Amino acid sequence: MNALDAIRQDSDTDNISGDATGIGHVIEPGVLDTTHGPILYLEDITVSFDGFKALNALTLTIDRGELHCIIGPNGAGKTTMMDVITGKTRPDSGTAFFGQTIDLTRLNEPQIAQAGIGRKFQKPTVFEELTVYENLALAMKTDKSIWASLFFRLNGEQRARIDEILALIRLADEARRQAGMLAHGQKQWLEIGMLLMQEPQLLLLDEPAAGMTDEETARSGELFLSLAGRYTLIVVEHDMEFIRQISRRVTVLHEGSVLASGTLDQVQADERVIEVYLGR
Amino acid sequence: MLRSSFSLFSLPTFVFRLAVVWLLFCFSLGAEARPDAGQLTALAAGDNDAKIAALQQLAAQAETDALPVLEALQDDALYLFGQSVLIARADGGAVDALTDEVLAELPADAENITINNRVRGALAVTLAAIRLASNHASTRLEAIEALRANPDAALLPLLDRAWAKEENASIRKRIEITRAMMRLQDTDRAVRLEAIQTLGQTSDPANRQLLEPLLAKDAAGMDPELRAAAQKAVTQINNRLARGEILGGIFSGLSLGSILLLAALGLAVIYGLMGVINMAHGELIMIGAYATYVTQTLVRGHAPGWFDWYPLLALPVSFLAAALVGIAMERLVIRHLYGRPLETLLATWGISLILIQTVRTFFGAQNVAVENPAWLSGGIEIYSNLILPYNRIAIIVFAAAVVLAVALLLARSRMGLFVRAVTQNRPMARCMGVPTGRVDALTFGLGAGIAGLAGSALSQIGNVGPELGQGYIVDSFMVVVLGGVGQIAGAVYAALGLGVLSKFIEGFAGAVLAKIAILLMIIAFIQKRPQGIFALKGRFAEQ
Amino acid sequence: MLEKTWVFRLLGPKGWSGLALFACLALVAVPFFNLAFPEGHALYLSTHWVTLIGKIMCYAIVALAMDLVWGYTGILSLGHGVFFALGGYAMGMYLMRAIDPAGLPPFMVFLDWQSLPWFWQGTQHFLYAIFLVVFVPGLLAFLFGFFAFRSRIKGVYFSIITQAMTLAAMLLFFRNETGFGGNNGFTGFQSILGHSITAPETRVVLFALTALTLIFFLLLGRYIVTSRLGRVLMAIRDAESRVMFSGYDPLPYKLFIWTLSAVICAIAGALFVPQVGIINPGEMSPANSIEIAIWVAVGGRGTLVGPLIGAGVINGVKSWFTVSFPEYWLYVLGFIFILVTLFLPRGIAGLAGRFAKEQKA
Repeated sequence: MNALDAIRQDSDTDNISGDATGIGHVIEPGVLDTTHGPILYLEDITVSFDGFKALNALTLTIDRGELHCIIGPNGAGKTTMMDVITGKTRPDSGTAFFGQTIDLTRLNEPQIAQAGIGRKFQKPTVFEELTVYENLALAMKTDKSIWASLFFRLNGEQRARIDEILALIRLADEARRQAGMLAHGQKQWLEIGMLLMQEPQLLLLDEPAAGMTDEETARSGELFLSLAGRYTLIVVEHDMEFIRQISRRVTVLHEGSVLASGTLDQVQADERVIEVYLGR
Repeated sequence: MLRSSFSLFSLPTFVFRLAVVWLLFCFSLGAEARPDAGQLTALAAGDNDAKIAALQQLAAQAETDALPVLEALQDDALYLFGQSVLIARADGGAVDALTDEVLAELPADAENITINNRVRGALAVTLAAIRLASNHASTRLEAIEALRANPDAALLPLLDRAWAKEENASIRKRIEITRAMMRLQDTDRAVRLEAIQTLGQTSDPANRQLLEPLLAKDAAGMDPELRAAAQKAVTQINNRLARGEILGGIFSGLSLGSILLLAALGLAVIYGLMGVINMAHGELIMIGAYATYVTQTLVRGHAPGWFDWYPLLALPVSFLAAALVGIAMERLVIRHLYGRPLETLLATWGISLILIQTVRTFFGAQNVAVENPAWLSGGIEIYSNLILPYNRIAIIVFAAAVVLAVALLLARSRMGLFVRAVTQNRPMARCMGVPTGRVDALTFGLGAGIAGLAGSALSQIGNVGPELGQGYIVDSFMVVVLGGVGQIAGAVYAALGLGVLSKFIEGFAGAVLAKIAILLMIIAFIQKRPQGIFALKGRFAEQ
Repeated sequence: MLEKTWVFRLLGPKGWSGLALFACLALVAVPFFNLAFPEGHALYLSTHWVTLIGKIMCYAIVALAMDLVWGYTGILSLGHGVFFALGGYAMGMYLMRAIDPAGLPPFMVFLDWQSLPWFWQGTQHFLYAIFLVVFVPGLLAFLFGFFAFRSRIKGVYFSIITQAMTLAAMLLFFRNETGFGGNNGFTGFQSILGHSITAPETRVVLFALTALTLIFFLLLGRYIVTSRLGRVLMAIRDAESRVMFSGYDPLPYKLFIWTLSAVICAIAGALFVPQVGIINPGEMSPANSIEIAIWVAVGGRGTLVGPLIGAGVINGVKSWFTVSFPEYWLYVLGFIFILVTLFLPRGIAGLAGRFAKEQKA
């Protein structure tokens, strides 16, 4: 409800939403208003920690269905940018919109997740004491209020959905195992599976290939490519091979703002990018 | 200096002194060395008025030889036996007050001389008047205090003599004030004015009470100038009292803050640098206090001459004792629990129970007595309502010194560098060859040692018992939580702030409510700033 | 596969039979051996034992409540004693009024008070007192939890401020002016609902009521932890940020289980007071609250049944030691704290589980 209220306020005050889009739909990610193309607008975002500017007037637009890679040296602000998008960090200034209507700076983490943004952490975080199956069941898109949880039972359709994802992330045999027992790569997969269970519109993936074998990395590349179009993906990566495999557009962050943007070849040819990566 | 000593020989003073000496000479010739028979009879057998008259006479004479009789009268040890007056002795015998004849036994039908409160008051004044001539400064001080509480203009000449003889500046000052109190009703206007002005220099509510009647419209012999002077004097006293109250509040706040700081500093080091919640911290403080107790006992037993300096020896002993216990704790238990803060909390609580019981086993469940050395007893009197005890001043200074030393140690020394390195990036520090295990143990030992120092300091101002530490643990945590993790500066501000604030609230709400209010405020404050006053923001904030 | 019916979801066949056995013992055997035989008979179960076991069952309920917040949700409370004591005080108010329904409670007469303070109004009604038992601690827990969880205070910080909370409450209740009997608290109860509080029949009824409450909360706890709500709680314990990014708002979940746990504690306190016959501010001392955690740790966190066993074992040992070797009890308790955290992180239940596995293999 809070999400809805907040959204309502936004559209009243900021008057960004198109008339055609009913406000009631906004909370339904399926009809998220992306009529203008982009799914995510970040404008002039600044975040500072004790004087240090982690993000400095960052402006970035992500189109719907895109698979967008973000690279940059350590401290460039990649993680902080994800924190801002997912509501973990409030920007000091600037605007962040999900579609045309959802003001991310006014929602908290769960509201943003329910609005359709999923996030995978750099270090795989799954619920270690729960089974793989329970992990996926928890993540499933459904009413997540406390009373619903108290009386919740899985129905057949939902079971089928979990089985489908289990097959996709190749953990069907491990469904009853505790997630904490999985290998590092398997945890990465499980986390991705949990994201998919949320049926988000936008996926933020922080170094998804870290800790995976080459074969697993290649397979995740394929998976991401197959997801692009249906979902929008933002991938933060260091592995250039992996980026070459999956990406069409690459943005280079440096000292909290966009340094360059384009195809991988373009940015790799960019003088400033070479300077940042190799210089000093 | 030169001028002032020269002025001693200025003519008027010289003449005055001469007069005093002559007077004294006359007195010593003329007066009996001890109460004469008439006085004795009046004291022993006379009615109350006769007794008081005799006492006043004796007071004016102020001869020390009268003391045995007067003291006996005060202690209800004076007896009337026929015509003679006997002083009972502790061994059951008696002495004749007039003849010094010793009786082996107090006659059974000797009549005990009892006195009522009015006589007792006069007796106290007389005793004080005589004792004012004592050779001991402390006796003279007591005497003048007694006279000050009961100023009687009849004693003025006596005080004038005492004033002339007195060399101790603080006693002299007191005599002056007492004289002024006595002269307040003098017939000489100039003397009166001077007395009023002298009292205006004090900060005693009792003096204000003396002055206040003078402000009344119909006060005898007051003219506008005198009244204005009295008004001014009252205002001066009021101002001083108010200032004393505020300064006193700040001082006791600072003193409490220093205690909190000492208690919390070790905890701040251990929690800030190692992320370990040490619930046995209070018991490390307690160990420091007991180490001080043991040192005190040993010094008294083996080198009583050095007793005054035992705290200096106790400091390193307390530090080492607590540090060793701390290192043992770290190596045996805490080391195995890194990364599991809640378990560490429970395990260290268990350690605290064991330490409490161990101390009970060895030293008993009762409090032990740790004595202040002479130089830590007493205090500086600034105003009558503001006395700064030396032990509190010492604690404030000591706390500042410890904070400074710890800050320097961490910032400048190699050990401090290692500690910071391990705190910030343990695996990397290990790769660089920092012996992380030893650094952990030493860091913990340092924090524990600081707790030991705190205990040593606290033993000088409070009770030392097995539960000593339990009283400090929650307060210390509040300081650390409020100050923010890993921030020595934060702990300093938090401790001093909490100290002053709680003394302030205590002023109108009492100690218990103040404590409750402070706890509630901290709980509320953490709501607003979960990371404490000095929040670390950004990447490291949540780790 | 065991998810077929909710009955099986709650407890397995072994669990149900264990529960039935416990119910038989508590509801049939104990009353029978206490009431049917005269004092001195070989089969007579003395009222002392009934009271002691009843008291330990109250502690077991507290341990269960603690397990819900600590074992399942990862919130270590060092202040649960305050909820227990508040429940006890609310019940105590009724019992104090029952001594002399028309006049003032004895301690107020002693303090020379002329009239009842406002918060004592209505406490002569049993049902209103029961309402207070639930409402006051529940409200305190709700408010405290709301502000703490909203500010995302967690882990050790939360533990420490709960300790501060119970300390503040204890200091408050120590004051005579607070209106709850100061140091001495409430004692000298005579009757409850018209029945003598020392009569064996009353004791047995209170005992049976405590056993039923224990069973009820065990089943309720099982229902919660086996529901999706329980999974979310465990997920909050293991990775709270993941929970948030999965679209769950942890605040209502934590607040729910925290408040529920406080209320369960309070009810245990309300059952405790008429059986033990006294309630004083000492129940709110930080040491008491932290001891609850060790019952849970000894029994095994996150198992619900384990903490019941833990509370029973520790308190059983305690009542033996404090009578026979009082000076050694703190050593024992201290070493239990250390050894359990070091060597038995999953407690007795974990040990039993491991043993069972080895038997199978």
